Amino acid sequence: MSVVALPSSFARPARRVWRKLTRPHVLVAGVMLALLAYLVITPLLIMIQTTITWQPEDNRLVRGITPGEFTLFHWERVFNSIISQTMLWTPLQNTLVTSIGISIFALTLGSLLAWLVVRTDLPGKKFIASVAIIPYMLPSWTISLAWIVVFKNQRVGGSIGFLEALTGAQVPDWLSYGPVPIIITLSLHYYAFAFLLVSGALQSLDARLEESGEMLGATRWQVLSRITFPLVIPAILSAFILTFSRAMGSFGTPAFLGNPVRYYVLSTTLYNNISSRLQADGFVLGLVLIAISIVTIYLNQRIIGVRKSYATLTGKGFASTPVRLRALKYPILILVGMFLFIAVVAPLGFLGYQSLMLQKNSFALDNLSLHFWIGESNPKIADGIAGILTDVQTWVSAWNSIALAVLVGLITSVLGIFLGYAVVKGRGTWLSKIVEQVAFLPYLMPSIAFGAIYIGMFAQPLGPLPALYGTFWILVVVSVAKNLPYSSRSGTAAMLQVGSELEEAALVGGASWLTRFRRIIIPLTSSGLVAGFLLTFITSMRELSLIVLLVTPTTRTLTTLNFRYAEQGYHQPGDALAMMLVVIILACEWIVRHFRGAQIGKGLGA
Amino acid sequence: METTNIIIKNLTKRFGQVAAVNNVTLTIEPGAFITLLGPSGCGKTTLLRCVAGLEEPDEGEILIGDKLVFSSRRGISLPAGQRNLGLVFQNYALWPHMTVYKNMTFALEIQKLAKAEMDQRVKESLAEVQMTGYAERYPREMSGGQQQRIALARMLAYRPKVFLMDEPLSNLDARLRMDMRAELKRLHHVAGATTIYVTHDQVEALTMSTQIAVMKEGVVQQMDTPDCVYHFPANLFVADFIGNPKVNLLEGVANGDGAVDLGNFKIQLAARTAPGQVVVAARPEDITIALAPEPGAVEFTAYSVLPAGADSTIVARRDQLELTVKVIGTSKIKMDDKVWLQFNPATLNLYDKTSGNLIHSKN
Repeated sequence: MSVVALPSSFARPARRVWRKLTRPHVLVAGVMLALLAYLVITPLLIMIQTTITWQPEDNRLVRGITPGEFTLFHWERVFNSIISQTMLWTPLQNTLVTSIGISIFALTLGSLLAWLVVRTDLPGKKFIASVAIIPYMLPSWTISLAWIVVFKNQRVGGSIGFLEALTGAQVPDWLSYGPVPIIITLSLHYYAFAFLLVSGALQSLDARLEESGEMLGATRWQVLSRITFPLVIPAILSAFILTFSRAMGSFGTPAFLGNPVRYYVLSTTLYNNISSRLQADGFVLGLVLIAISIVTIYLNQRIIGVRKSYATLTGKGFASTPVRLRALKYPILILVGMFLFIAVVAPLGFLGYQSLMLQKNSFALDNLSLHFWIGESNPKIADGIAGILTDVQTWVSAWNSIALAVLVGLITSVLGIFLGYAVVKGRGTWLSKIVEQVAFLPYLMPSIAFGAIYIGMFAQPLGPLPALYGTFWILVVVSVAKNLPYSSRSGTAAMLQVGSELEEAALVGGASWLTRFRRIIIPLTSSGLVAGFLLTFITSMRELSLIVLLVTPTTRTLTTLNFRYAEQGYHQPGDALAMMLVVIILACEWIVRHFRGAQIGKGLGA
Repeated sequence: METTNIIIKNLTKRFGQVAAVNNVTLTIEPGAFITLLGPSGCGKTTLLRCVAGLEEPDEGEILIGDKLVFSSRRGISLPAGQRNLGLVFQNYALWPHMTVYKNMTFALEIQKLAKAEMDQRVKESLAEVQMTGYAERYPREMSGGQQQRIALARMLAYRPKVFLMDEPLSNLDARLRMDMRAELKRLHHVAGATTIYVTHDQVEALTMSTQIAVMKEGVVQQMDTPDCVYHFPANLFVADFIGNPKVNLLEGVANGDGAVDLGNFKIQLAARTAPGQVVVAARPEDITIALAPEPGAVEFTAYSVLPAGADSTIVARRDQLELTVKVIGTSKIKMDDKVWLQFNPATLNLYDKTSGNLIHSKN
C-alpha cells in the first residue's frame, strides 16, 4: 500500500505544477523571456565581456598580448590615460551640455504648446496639434541639414549658406556649427515629444481640480502655478529625463553640426572609435552612455515615486472649460504660427530649395535645376553624382528602408501581442513582471550604444541565428529588439482592452488556446496592432543612430545613404533624399490614419 | 432537460495568504437555483469560478453530476470546456467582433455540430429570450438589456447541464433588473437546469432562489431556503446582511426566565433561555408602533419619519437606543411625536453575544 501511495503522493504536486507550467500564458511568457534574454541580455553581456578582454586589434597598440584574456586595459585607456580627455571627458561634458540644453528648451516649448492646445481657447487647436507633431515623425537630423543650408559659413567646406549669401556678412562659427546649433535643432525636434507627453498628462487631468481652485477665489495664475503645474510635474520631469536620454543617444545631428568643427559628443566619439576598429574602447563609451541613461531614469523614478509614471499619463479626457486668452488670443496665435513655421515649414522649404541648387553656393533662381532629383550622372557636377531618382543606389536604399520598416513593424506587432498576453494574463506573477521589465530594458539604452552591442553579438553565429553581421537581417533584429519596449507597451494596452471574460467565455465553450487566440484575441487587438505597426514603421524609417554602425554598402537605407552624402559634403542629393524620406513617412502616416482611424500622435507619446 | 447535482467538498482557494474560499462544503440538489450571496470580497465569485474551472482551487473536490471535475487529492482538474457548463458574465462578455449568430454558434462549431442543428438551436434559444430576429446584429447595436438576453441565449444554445451566472443583472438599470428577474426565474423554471447564481443583491437572492448560501470571508455562514435565511438567520452577520431596512440588533442581558434586560426596559421572549449576554434581533416590520400607550408597549420618540408610498420607515429613539420600524402604507406619525413600540415575542431571534450564533428561535 505504501509502495503504491508514495509515487502517487509525489505525482499529485507534480501534476499540479505541470498544469501550472503548461498554462498558455505561462508558456507564452517563457518563450518571450527566452527571446528577450537572447535579444537583450546576451548582447549586453557580450558587450561587457568585450571591454574586459584583449581584442585581436589591440596588437596594434600593445605587443605580446593574447586575445581573449582578461584585462582592464580598455577601461584604463578610456578613463585614465593621456587620451582620456579627448576620448571621454570632453565628449562627456559636451554630451551633458547639449543634452541638458536640448531637454530644457524642448520641455519649455513642448509644455507651453501643450498647455495652449489642451487648456485654452486658442483657435485652430486641432490643426496646430497635428502640425506640431510632424517634426517628431521625421528623422531628428532633418532640421540640422536645413540649419546648414541657412547658417553655413565659408570656414568649413568652402560654400556659404543662405544667410551669408543674403546679407554678405560672415556668419560666426558658433552659429554655424557646434553646441548652439545642435541644441537649437534638436530642441525643434524633441519639443514634439515633450508636447505629446505633457498634453497627454493635461488631458487626463481632472478639470474639476482646477475649477474647485477657482471657486475658492484663486486667480488664473494661482490655479496654473499652484494646482495645474504641480499635478503635471511628474509628466514634465519624465519627459525631461526621456528627452535627455534620447538626446544623448542621437547621432546624426551632432555628427552633421559637430564634426566639422571637431565638436564631439559621446555618440560621435563612439562611432569614430568603432569606425577606426577600436571596438572595445567604443563599447566602454557605450556602457558609459547606458549607465548615465539608467541612472537618470532611476533618479526620475525615485523622485517621482511612481514607477514609469509616463506610462500612465494618458487617461480619460475630462470636459473642461478652456482658459480664455482674451486680448492675447491672436498675438499668441501669431506666435504659435511663427514657431510652427520655423520648426516645420521652413526647414523643409530650405531643404527643398537647396536640393534644386545646381551649384552649391549660389542661391540665385537661375541656379535652380532638377539635376539632383532626375539628372543623369555628369562628371562636371558634384563628382558625377546622379540625380537621386535616376540613381540605382537610391532605389536599393529605399527598398531596404521600406522592407526594414515593414518587417520590423510586422514582427514587433506580433511580438507585442504575445508580450501583452504574457504580461496581462499573468498579472501579479513574477514571470509577468520579469517579462515586462526585461522588455523595457532596450528603452534604457541609447540607440547608438544599442547598435554597437549588436556588432559584437552577431559577428559569429550565436544560438539559432547565423553570423548576421553585414546582412540585412541584423538591421531587422536590432530594430525589433530596440522597439520591444514600445511593442510590449502597445500590446499590453491592446490586451487590457480585451476583458478577460471574453477569453473565459470561449474557454467555457470548450475552445482550445489556439482557437481563442485566433478567433478572439487577435481580432479584438488588431486595431491596437495597426497603431503599433505604424509607430514602429515610422520609427524604423527615420532611424539612423541605431543602424549606422551596422549597415554595409549593400544594406544601406535612405537614412544612412543620406548620412554618407552629408559626410562627403554632397548637400543637394542629401537634401533631396531627406525630402523623399519625409514624403514617404508623411504619406504612410496619412494613409494609415485615414484608412484605420489610428492615432499616430497617441502612439508616439509612448 | 436532464438535471445534475453538484457536490463541493472542503474546497479552499488561496490568493497568496488570503483564503478567498475557505473549506467550503455544499451539496446542490438537481434542478436547484442556488444563490451565493454576500458582500464584495466574500469569495462568492471565486467559488463560482472554481466550479466553472476558471480558477484552480488549492484543496478539495468538486463533483458535477457523477463526474469528478476537480480533486486536489487525486490531481484531477478538468478544463472548463469539458465540464459542460454555461456561464453568464456580469458584463455579458459578448464578443464584439461577432454577430449574435456567430456569438451563439462559436461553441457549437467547436463541438462540430451540423449547420442545420446550429440554426435550429439559435432559433430556439433566441425565441426563449424573446430576441427572435436579432441574429445578424452586432453586440454594440443592442441595448444593455438586449445584450443581457443574448448572453443568456448564447448559454442556452450550448445546452449546458448547469447554468452559472455571475451577477448577470448588476449592469442593468433598476427597472430592467426587475423584468429580467422574472425572466430568469421563468427560464430556470422551464429549463430546470441546476443553477448557481452569484449576487450581492439580497432582493435578487430572496426572490429568485430555491436556496441561498450566505458567504463571508470565504466561509458559508448559512445555507437554507430564502424563507429560513430571512426569518431564522443563523448568526448576527446573516441577520444584519439580509433585510431592508436593516434588522434591529439590541444588546442586553438574558435573566434566565424568558426576558432580556436592555438597560432601561425589558423585552419578553417566547421561551426561557439560559442567562447571559445576548443580542435580540427584531425585524423592523415585526415591531408595531402606536401613537397611544398600550399594555406592554415601550415609549419612544419619533426621530425621523420616511414615507415611501407603499410603506413607511420610522426611526424611533429612546435615550441612546435607536430602532427602525416599518409600517404598511403612509403613517400618521410625525417627527417628534411620542410613540409606543410593541415587540412580538414570536418574531424575535436571540443571539449569543460572544459567538454571534442563534441561540433561541421563535416558536
